[in-house]
Amino acid sequence: MTIYRFVVSFKYPDPRSAGFLSDARALGFHDLKRLECQDLYFIEGQLSQEEMQQLALKLLSDPVTQEVSSSTFQISGSAAQVVEAAYRPGVTDPVAAEIVRAAHELGFKGVQRAATGLRFLLHWETGEPENWETGQPENRPSSFPVERLAKQLLANNVIQHWALGEIAPSFPEEAASSGEVEIIPLRSLSADELLSVSSTRRAALDLAEMQAIQGYFRSEGRDPTDIEFEMFAQTWSEHCVHKTFKARVEVETYTGKQGDKESDRGTCVPVSLSTIDSLIKTYLKAATDKIAAPWVISAFVDNAGILDFDDEFEISFKAETHNHPSAIEPFGGANTGVGGVIRDILGVSAKPIANTDVLCFGPQNLNPDDLPDGVLHPRRIQSGVVAGVQDYGNKIGIPTVNGAILYDEGYTANPLVFCGCVGIAPKGKHHKNPRLGDRIIVLGGRTGRDGLRGATFSSMTMDAQTGEVSGASVQIGDPITEKGLIDVITRARDLGLYTDITDCGAGGLSSAVGEMTSVSGGDVDLTRVPLKYPGLVPWEIWLSEAQERMVLAVPPQNLPALQKLCDTFATELTDIGAFTADGKIIIRYDGRTVLELDNEFLHEGIPQRQLKAVIPLSSSSVQPVEPENRTTGQPENRTTGQPENPLTEKLLNLLSHPNTASKAATIRIYDHEVQGGTVVKPLTGVEADAPSDATVLKPIGTRGARGIVLSNGINPEYGKRDAYRMAWAVMDEAIRNAVAVGADPDRIAVLDNFCWGDPLRPETLGTLIEACRGCHDAALFYGTPFISGKDSLNNEYIGNDGQRHAIPPTLLISALGIIDDVNTAITMDLKKTGNALYLLGSQQLAVIRDSSVPEVPKTAPAVYRALHQAIQSGLVRSCHDLSEGGLAVAAAEMCIGGRLGLILDESIPAEACFAETNGCLLAEISPAAEAEFKKLFAALPLTKIGHVIAEPVLKIAGEGIPVTDLVQAFTGAGGE
Amino acid sequence: MKPSALILQARGTNRDLDVAEALTLAGAEPVFAPLNELRAGKKRFSDYQLLILPGGFSYADALGAGKLLALDLNSYFAEEIAAFVAAGKPVIGICNGFQALVKSGILPGSTGKVEDGKSLVTLTFNEQGHFECRWVNLAPISQKCLWTQALDENILCPIAHGEGNFQANSELRITALTLSDQIALTYVLPDGAPARGDYPANPNGSALDIAGICNPAGNVLGLMPHPENHIHPWQHPRHTRGEIGGSGLALFQNGVQYVLRG
Repeated sequence: MTIYRFVVSFKYPDPRSAGFLSDARALGFHDLKRLECQDLYFIEGQLSQEEMQQLALKLLSDPVTQEVSSSTFQISGSAAQVVEAAYRPGVTDPVAAEIVRAAHELGFKGVQRAATGLRFLLHWETGEPENWETGQPENRPSSFPVERLAKQLLANNVIQHWALGEIAPSFPEEAASSGEVEIIPLRSLSADELLSVSSTRRAALDLAEMQAIQGYFRSEGRDPTDIEFEMFAQTWSEHCVHKTFKARVEVETYTGKQGDKESDRGTCVPVSLSTIDSLIKTYLKAATDKIAAPWVISAFVDNAGILDFDDEFEISFKAETHNHPSAIEPFGGANTGVGGVIRDILGVSAKPIANTDVLCFGPQNLNPDDLPDGVLHPRRIQSGVVAGVQDYGNKIGIPTVNGAILYDEGYTANPLVFCGCVGIAPKGKHHKNPRLGDRIIVLGGRTGRDGLRGATFSSMTMDAQTGEVSGASVQIGDPITEKGLIDVITRARDLGLYTDITDCGAGGLSSAVGEMTSVSGGDVDLTRVPLKYPGLVPWEIWLSEAQERMVLAVPPQNLPALQKLCDTFATELTDIGAFTADGKIIIRYDGRTVLELDNEFLHEGIPQRQLKAVIPLSSSSVQPVEPENRTTGQPENRTTGQPENPLTEKLLNLLSHPNTASKAATIRIYDHEVQGGTVVKPLTGVEADAPSDATVLKPIGTRGARGIVLSNGINPEYGKRDAYRMAWAVMDEAIRNAVAVGADPDRIAVLDNFCWGDPLRPETLGTLIEACRGCHDAALFYGTPFISGKDSLNNEYIGNDGQRHAIPPTLLISALGIIDDVNTAITMDLKKTGNALYLLGSQQLAVIRDSSVPEVPKTAPAVYRALHQAIQSGLVRSCHDLSEGGLAVAAAEMCIGGRLGLILDESIPAEACFAETNGCLLAEISPAAEAEFKKLFAALPLTKIGHVIAEPVLKIAGEGIPVTDLVQAFTGAGGE
Repeated sequence: MKPSALILQARGTNRDLDVAEALTLAGAEPVFAPLNELRAGKKRFSDYQLLILPGGFSYADALGAGKLLALDLNSYFAEEIAAFVAAGKPVIGICNGFQALVKSGILPGSTGKVEDGKSLVTLTFNEQGHFECRWVNLAPISQKCLWTQALDENILCPIAHGEGNFQANSELRITALTLSDQIALTYVLPDGAPARGDYPANPNGSALDIAGICNPAGNVLGLMPHPENHIHPWQHPRHTRGEIGGSGLALFQNGVQYVLRG
């Protein structure tokens, strides 16, 4: 068998090469003069010269713009260096699969296998390094910039191998199919030995859990097989069973502020001791139960939370994190994060209609020399993550409509990637009641060695070696296969073909089938699972987190109809076993029983974790505050030598700060229009460059004018200061944003996503508890229930220097609201000269960095209801909430949106302009509507603070800032 | 009776429902046809009055957007599609559909027959180097194209593509398209003036601001933007500023009316 090699290059300078070059320069490779990126294809088989040419012309290139060389490239005397990169064996490569299929379609039957890669030609300012030679990178010193460039930008060791010069293609190893099952002699092990097994198998189980498993097998009178042990590790992983959130926690309260205990200032005095039995039950579920909203159809129990939409439809919402994978392989990590949460929505039988993504990165301008060992540069992480989100969402045809991007040094080693998905389904069609004899059906992608032990990997702290060791935990998604799943499952649902459904996520079949059969029982034959390539041992097949798979329970008589649907939409269906009634999960491989476990112990036998937490007293007594009727502020600490226009300077600085500045460059590479339902778009205003508070969707196919509102709240800066008040603040922010575009404040539900450090540290767990308590109290205060949630803990990184890098306590609240008539939706851009501008809610004391977190005013819910009534009555022309940067930034953004000016009341002190608050919004009201508007706010804090002017200038506290300057600062380019 | 419109569904098609809604509003009866059903002979092109190739990422855009769908069109349906085109029936390819029409040679076409292997024009990577979603203004140009003829208003609608940069192997070829009135739609400024290649009015760097072209007979239209995503008033990006939306619908009405006129 011959391997043919094709190099496809552009005839003219292409944008992809330009992108790589600018990334390289940003990473400090200033001597790189030119970079050319080419596509590499390897085809294995037998081809004639003519066939090779035809293949190159018809399949591998665009003859108008590209040329192909199928001969071996010779390094000429030029100063060009060559780096080639190709996927490691087993990494999903959809293009390679398409090449084989399409070559056969063209009649080139001699094509057996294909692989793809990238080839980079590098031209340096200073010519080539003296002792340049081609060869394997491992054997060469790493001092050449080309090797650093390859590692930092051109290739990622986790999924690719690379070489200087020509690379050998990487086809998956042809190993013999293996049925190997190992017995783990657990019964005789000491405590230390048990922990050692947990560690070597990367099971992340503690001693109590290991001993419980040991006890089970002692009573069974045998040792576990490797697949049995791996199933325990997965089923009992933090990721799957949320041990911390269900733990019994002993809480010690002490005097002082958040962080005092940690810094051991010696002033902390213990005050009291208490016990919390499960954070989920005590705070999150408790809030939902107490609110008992009749429009919540399902909360916390299913793959996603479900709400009532109208007479015909229900809507579902779920947000997940994919932090650890995104840290080591940003594209694949984010890519499969999106794919995973979409499957959660499919898991409640709904059609996905919108994606959200909230991303937290380290500073983009971080000096590469300051990076901890083994950590990718934040710039590379961001570009990879954004590309991964884009690739999956755009290709599968789901609009990405809401999100945020935040920067903090704490995220340098641990970026956060929150992926959310909204779904819609006809009512009464989603079932979760498999019956005896129903078949266990796997739909979608094939199983490979990808993503092994992801569930346990995500439950560990990372270190400099994590990338290499856990390479197998990262995968690349295949959105087109998942699109096929949407097509098949929504139709199968309408036809009533299945009795239960769940997605294959972390833990793979082990988790999905394990969960579905946890009540009744199941009997599975792993030999039937279709594999991407042979050689997997049974536990690998069972645990593999290969993407794009769903598991259905299907009555045997419905199988032919389901098969027909799968044929139409080119989706693979495999029958791997049956539901039983004996309360056991049994796995067979090649006629042998390789796993037989008692469901009750597997799913209920995990010992409750006993944890300790410490909590500062200061945050414990916070309650919503009475509104103040005046606008006050504290002076900022200024350095000497005050600028001439201090407010202007500060405002422009704030608008151009990475956390506040326009995210248009990211938003625009996401398709936010597909499915035709985007009513209030992420970018809005005259020039579509101003930030919307929330997104409004009118799902295609629904009757009437009702719509969905999506928004979020997140504030790691507050998390560092006071986790309890932070939870209040982000709840308020999410609700406030939704109400600003027209959502009914009494029809909003939220998701919680906690990203925290190591909960075994009592201070860290203390802040987590405080955040949960804040969620509970705020939910009751607003009448806003939680419908689903997720936690990602251990977001810490131990560098080679032994230093601990932890993220700030980060809580994302994602809100899903209802707007009765999308035609009443409001955007934040100023509409018309002469309209009045009102401040809704009471603006409180300014918050200065590193000080406390603003409290929520008691009037907030009443203000939101009054605003909603005003919006419904058509009284409000525009509305924007006060968040980071306070009144001044909100007013500036409204000016940018409308390309109109504002004159604000001179009595507002300059210091109050940047006060960060909760519960406050700005509303633009036409003169004719003012009287009626004021009536709605009769007993509520409302201040007329200015009006819209034709002159495009923001006049504030005695200074005037041209709107063009605001646009310039916000967008970085005076428009785009 | 309503004209029936066959909507092709390849692996990765995703704006099929969007265009079905537009066709329904325009008075047609949309019928979805997965390629596998067509290949199995369960549906036949000739039974329908309109043919729609919707947007999406057929085969994940592997090896170039629309390329593998084009291969399918040529491998499995060349004769049926040639007959459909030759019969003068309206055909529209949007975004990925346009890319497939171009890469299969159906567009720009000479006689409506599929030209094999000889690419003279292409849709390549956006000049900006990445996928982009933004609203654009389109001027209907061709009076030969049944979809754009006599449209008196410019169309406002979004683009959502990474490979929409229309280029030809020679300038002569583009001149020829102009002379034969095959340039159906161009990108313009909000006031209707030509974009003259300037970003973002021309969002991808297309030669002569070309957003869509038709075949010499004028019954096959391909375009990169998505008029099917601007058929309701509330889809207009400035509907909250009192601007009246829905300008994408006229294009579909033109196609459906053509059939109704017989």
